[in-house]
Parts: sequence; structure tokens; C-alpha cells
Amino acid sequence: MPDLLAARSQMAMSLAFHIIFAVVGIGMPALMVLAERRWQRTRDPVALDLAKRWAKGTAILFAVGAVSGTVLSFELGLLWPGFMEYAGPIIGMPFSLEGFAFFTEAIFLGIYLYGWDRISERMHLTAGVLVALSGAVSGIFVVIANAWMNAPVGFDVVDGRPVNIDPLRAMLTPAAFSQTLHMTLAAYAATGLAVAGIHALLLLRDPLDRFHRIALGVALWVGAPAAVLQPISGDISAKFVAEYQPVKLAAMEGQFATERGAPLRIGGWPDEARGETRWALEVPYALSVLAFGSPSAEVKGLNAFPREDWPPVAVVHVAFQVMVALGTYMAAVSLWAAWLAWRKRELADERWLLRALVLAAPMGFIAIEAGWTVTEVGRQPWIIYGVMRTAEAVTPMPGLVVPFVTFTLLYVFLGVIVVWLLYRQILSTPGATERRRGRRGPWGLTPIGVEAVAEGRETPHRRLEDRQT
Amino acid sequence: MLSLSVAACLLLALTAYVLLGGADFGGGVWDLLAGGPRRREQRALIADAIGPIWEANHVWLILVVVLLFTCFPGVFARLAVVLHIPLTLMLVGVVMRGSAFTFRTYDSQRDAVQRRWGTAFAIASVITPVLLGVCVGAVASGAVGRAPAGAGVWALYVAPWLTPFAFAVGLLTLALFAFLAATYLTLEARDEALRGDFRRRALAAAAAVFVTALAALLVARRDAPDIGAGLTGSGWALAGQLATGVSAVTAIWALWTRRYPLARAAAAAQAACILWGWAAAQYPFIIPPTHTIQGAAAPAVTLRLTLIGLAGGAVVLIPSLWYLFHVFKGPGTAFERLGDGHPPEEQP
Repeated sequence: MPDLLAARSQMAMSLAFHIIFAVVGIGMPALMVLAERRWQRTRDPVALDLAKRWAKGTAILFAVGAVSGTVLSFELGLLWPGFMEYAGPIIGMPFSLEGFAFFTEAIFLGIYLYGWDRISERMHLTAGVLVALSGAVSGIFVVIANAWMNAPVGFDVVDGRPVNIDPLRAMLTPAAFSQTLHMTLAAYAATGLAVAGIHALLLLRDPLDRFHRIALGVALWVGAPAAVLQPISGDISAKFVAEYQPVKLAAMEGQFATERGAPLRIGGWPDEARGETRWALEVPYALSVLAFGSPSAEVKGLNAFPREDWPPVAVVHVAFQVMVALGTYMAAVSLWAAWLAWRKRELADERWLLRALVLAAPMGFIAIEAGWTVTEVGRQPWIIYGVMRTAEAVTPMPGLVVPFVTFTLLYVFLGVIVVWLLYRQILSTPGATERRRGRRGPWGLTPIGVEAVAEGRETPHRRLEDRQT
Repeated sequence: MLSLSVAACLLLALTAYVLLGGADFGGGVWDLLAGGPRRREQRALIADAIGPIWEANHVWLILVVVLLFTCFPGVFARLAVVLHIPLTLMLVGVVMRGSAFTFRTYDSQRDAVQRRWGTAFAIASVITPVLLGVCVGAVASGAVGRAPAGAGVWALYVAPWLTPFAFAVGLLTLALFAFLAATYLTLEARDEALRGDFRRRALAAAAAVFVTALAALLVARRDAPDIGAGLTGSGWALAGQLATGVSAVTAIWALWTRRYPLARAAAAAQAACILWGWAAAQYPFIIPPTHTIQGAAAPAVTLRLTLIGLAGGAVVLIPSLWYLFHVFKGPGTAFERLGDGHPPEEQP
């Protein structure tokens, strides 16, 4: 494996892994705070149980997100020292601010998770709100740094070196608004609908379980509005790409020839050798309209650019199709749920909606991976668009396949453990509330170790007491 | 001046990481070395002490990295290239430590499961500080700066850190973290016996710090002559040595006479003095003998904005941190709960 490819693969794998936990770190605190708010207002013990379980899930996922994020901050230099040396002074600012937002998130998450019986209810809820807010803010700052790589501004290049650096101008890169909006909505849509989907599945098995009924409602409140707004934000993003990164747009759409009145291609396979996209469903004029607001607008094709500046076309096109398709489905299901709710129907009793939500559960995360593939692979061969090629940025260190394989194995291992823990320790342990007394766990299984994790005993200081006795 | 201010902030962030995050790693060391009749209680106390704060403490490391690549980008690039291997191994340790600790907290409470995660957590807690120290030692020795660009793989990527001096610093770091952790834990323990366990451990770790520091100084004559000279050369350096010595003796005396709050303060002061002594010894270099603070600094506008950002961030950070430590480490959290035993029951 060539070193550049190994470095790119390691970065892609690390980002793909981390983004899941980063997104959950933004979305889950919102869910857990809403559940806790419900408990404080209604004194419904099921809502408290829900808040605590979601908090446990958040704790596990946040920890993995924190350590995999640390890995990324080092990998920026370990893999791309040329990039960091060049860009550090220009885009370090959002990273510094992200550092503080992340600090706030970690501090108040510690207070939230371990402070249930140490601080007032009001402070506890406030801590949760601060976790949710700082999580969103830290995500926004990191995405701003990435936005700059797509639309680098705030410096001049003289003799190949950046001069007249203006870090504030760099933060206000034209890509910042569309990218941060799209990613923040994606985080809420993906997390909200994933959680809704899980509880929809459990409701299909156990329709009367109040725990899942409440969970479904709270999760939809977070996920559905974001999913409905996401296509609009996607349109803003696409218009940005059309203006600032025409070659990326051409790859996304499989547009080889420059033409007026370009069609929108749905599906299909771009064949770089033949210079055409085959087997696509073409909607006449639609691309010109969507990208530039006019049926006769000219859309630049890949052929208008030198071959060495093309991104891998098929990967970008397919990833884009996947993202749009999944996002459309999520928006549609969310609208359906909203319509049913508006008609005062009990969503938890709508079995077809539940089935549709189960299907939507993994979609947000797949769409996020696909979307980042479009952004990152679509920017190739550049690491800083139009300024520095990825090949110029890579470390001279040989044998990069070794760290790539090491981190891949490590992350696969962590991924398996996390899924196992979430399933066994959170989903399938009965609570002490009335709802499940005497019943078997979901999936018809009686899980192992249930008695040890029964209600309340999970808090560490209490566990200390257990151990001492 | 601007670059010096940023470098000072960098050193402060690193100090915070050592004093807070370092102690969390030290806790892992004592988890591994837990023994005697109160083995379980020792481990439970460590888990209790670290649980609420380790993630916040860990962010100091991220702050160090971010400050480094924003304000001293050439330094960051150089470190990342030459120290690729130990940094990568350290990251594996960071990942394993954090995830294993969390998994242990939330996985089944059965002994076998707990021990499995506990072992992973403890081993990662030992390896990571050693590698961190190895990287520091490699920089301090001047080998990272001197490694020739066109040299072979061994000369550029292995030889600079695979030295007795770098590993002596690695062991010193480990001993120091263990010393900090044991000293802090004397204040967290709820009963006299447990406190005594950590008092003895703190004293043993203090001896280990002394031995490893002495070893590092001896090897420095051969591997790192510049730093050896820097540590003893000037009046300032000698004053720093003196301060380190005084705080070390104070910490040991306070532990011996069971003055635990004083011991904690003195241990923290000792660790800070060691760190600052290293910084002073290699001043004005960040990476001796090639990258000076001034020469490697980013343009002034970046430094100025970073300082403003740090000031703004501190306004948020300091009260938040104060609150975190107040809730979990403040008055009424350790000693005063000795008698009551159980925290209040949750009333659903």
C-alpha cells in the first residue's frame, strides 16, 4: 500500500469512526435533557429512568468520542505535517475555540453523570443544557476549520508561503455557513431518528411499554424537525459548491460535459474512461435550476478541468446519491410523523410509522458518512482547495500502512464493544419502574448480569458501598 | 514578547495536564499495583476519584496540541514527523485508557468483567505516561532537533527517542504521575487504613521519583549535555533546582507526619517545578537546538488572537472547572462523608 494511500485511509477511517461519536455527543445530550425536564415537570418516574439510561449511553459514546477526537488532533500532524505547518496559524483559531467548548462539555458532562445526588435538580438540568449547547458549539468550530479547507480565505500566497494572515477572515470562509448548518442539523436528525428507530422497534414488540412510548416522542421532537429542514440546508450547501467548487459539483452530479440546461442525474455510474454517466435517471434542466436557479444556466462539466484536478468521480457521485436518497427518506418519514401528530394520532400506535422509523434508524449515520465522503473525497486531489495538494502535505514517514492497520483494528474492537455494551447494559436491562416488573427483557431474552445493574446501583459511589460490604 | 506569552500559556496548559491528567494516569498505576487486604477498596477509591473529572482533565492535552499547531506550527510538524512512532503508541494508550475505564464503569459488575477492563485500563495507564516522557526526553536531549532530514529511517524516526535518557525521563514521568496520584488519594480516602495504604504508596513513589530523576540527570551527561548544562548552568536554574528540592522534601515530610493537604500542595509544586525547570533549561528553545520560541512562532496576528481567545476561554473555563472540583473534590465530599457511609437514596 503506497504511503499516501495509507495516510488517506487512516485519516478517512479515523474521521468516519469519530464522526459517529461526535454526532451522538451533540444529539444525545439534547435527548437526555428533554427527558430530565419531563421528569422534573411531571414527576413521571419513567421519564427519569429514560434520562438516566440515555445519560449512560451518552457517557459511553462520549468517552469514545473524546479519545478518538484526541487521536485526530494528533493525526493532523502525524499524517499531514505539511498541511498543519502551512495552515495551523490560519485555522488554529476555530480549533482553539473548539478546545474551550469541548472543555465545557467534558466538565459539565462529568457533573451531569456523577452529580445526580450531589447538586440541586435545577443545577443538574443546567449542567445538561450546557453539555448540549457546548457539544453543538464545538462541532460548529471543527466544521468551520474543515470549511476553510474547501474555501480557503484569509491569507495571500507569496512564493508558496502564506502571508498577510487574517484568522478571523479565515473563520468567516464562505463555506462556513452552509457546512455548519448542514452538519448541525445532520447531528440532530441522525441521533434523533436513530433513537426513535430503536424505540420504535421495541414498541413493535411491546406496544404498551410506557418507557418506549415516551422515548419515541422525545426522540422525534429532536430528530424530525432537523430531518425536515435538512433538504433545505442541503440545497444551500449545493449552491455553495456550485459556485466555489465547480469540479466537486460536476463529480457529485456525474456531469462530464459543460452544458446549459443540465439535467439532474439520479443514480447511474460515472465512467471516467468513457467520459459519461450511464444508467442514470435524468430530470431535464433540473441541475441548472437547483444549482443556479435558472433552467438555462451553464453547469461546468469535469471536462472543463485538467484531469489531474479531478476527484475520484464515481465515489463522489455514488456517495452523494446515497446521502440525498437517505436524507429524502428521513425527511419524508418525519413529515409523515408530524402529520399524524397534527391529526392527534398516537404515534406509538401507528405500526406502519414504527416500521418506517425502524428502517430510518441507521440512515442518518450512513448519510453522514456518505456526506463526508462527498466533502472530503470531492475536494481531492487538494487538501486545501486550490492551494495545497494532499500529496504535498503527507508525512515523509514510511510504512504508514502499519499505523493504519493498528488503528483500524483498535477501532473495530472498540466499535464492537460499544455496540455490545449499549445493547446489554442499557437497552436490555429492566428498570425498577412498574412497567417491566416480572416481564422478560426485550427480544424475549433475559440478559445476564441484570441484577447487578438494576436501578440505582450503577452510580459509582454506590458501587463503592457495594464493594465494601 | 507575544511569542513568549503564548509559550508561557502552553507551559501552563502542560502543567495543568501533568497535575490533573497525570494524576489520573497515576491512579491507573495504583489500580495495577493494588494489593493487600484492601485491594478492592483501593481500586474502587481510584475509580471514584477519577470518574467525574478524567475527561475534563484530558482536554488539557488537546489544548496543548492545539496551541502548538496554531502558534508554533513548525514545532508541531517537526515533533509529529520525528516522534511519529512514540506518539502513535501513546495515542493507542490514550484510547485504551479512556475507553477501558468507561467500559469498566458501565459494563457488568461481575468480577471477571471488571478485572478484564481494569487490567486494560491499568496497563494503558502505565504505558502512556512512559511514552509521553520519552517524547519530552527526546526533545530535551536535542535529538529531535538534530535528526538529519535526509537520514535513513532509523536515524530520523527511531534513534532520536530510543535513548537511555528519553526512557529515563519516561520512567521519571511515570513515577511522578504515580506520586501525584497517591498523594491526592490520601485526601480522597474515607478511612484511616485506606489513607495509610496510599500514604505508604506516596512515600514509595517519592523515592521512585528521586531515583529516576537522579538516573535521568546521570544519563543526561552523555545523551543530553545541553540540558544537563542548562539545569545547572545559571543562577535561575539553580534556584529552580532548589525549589524542586524544597518542595520534594516538604512533600515527604508532610506525608510522613500525615499533613495531607500540605503534602498535596507540595507534591503539585514539585511536579510543576520539574516541568518549569525543564522549560527554563532549554530556554529559548522549544526544540533545541533548532526551533526557538521566537523563531518558530506563527505571525503576530495569530498569536494575538490566540491570546485573546485564551483569555475569553479562561472566563468560561475557570468558573466551570472550579465548580467541577467543588462538587466532587470540595469540602464535604471526602472527610465529612466518612461517617454517613451512604449517599442519599434516589427517590424516583
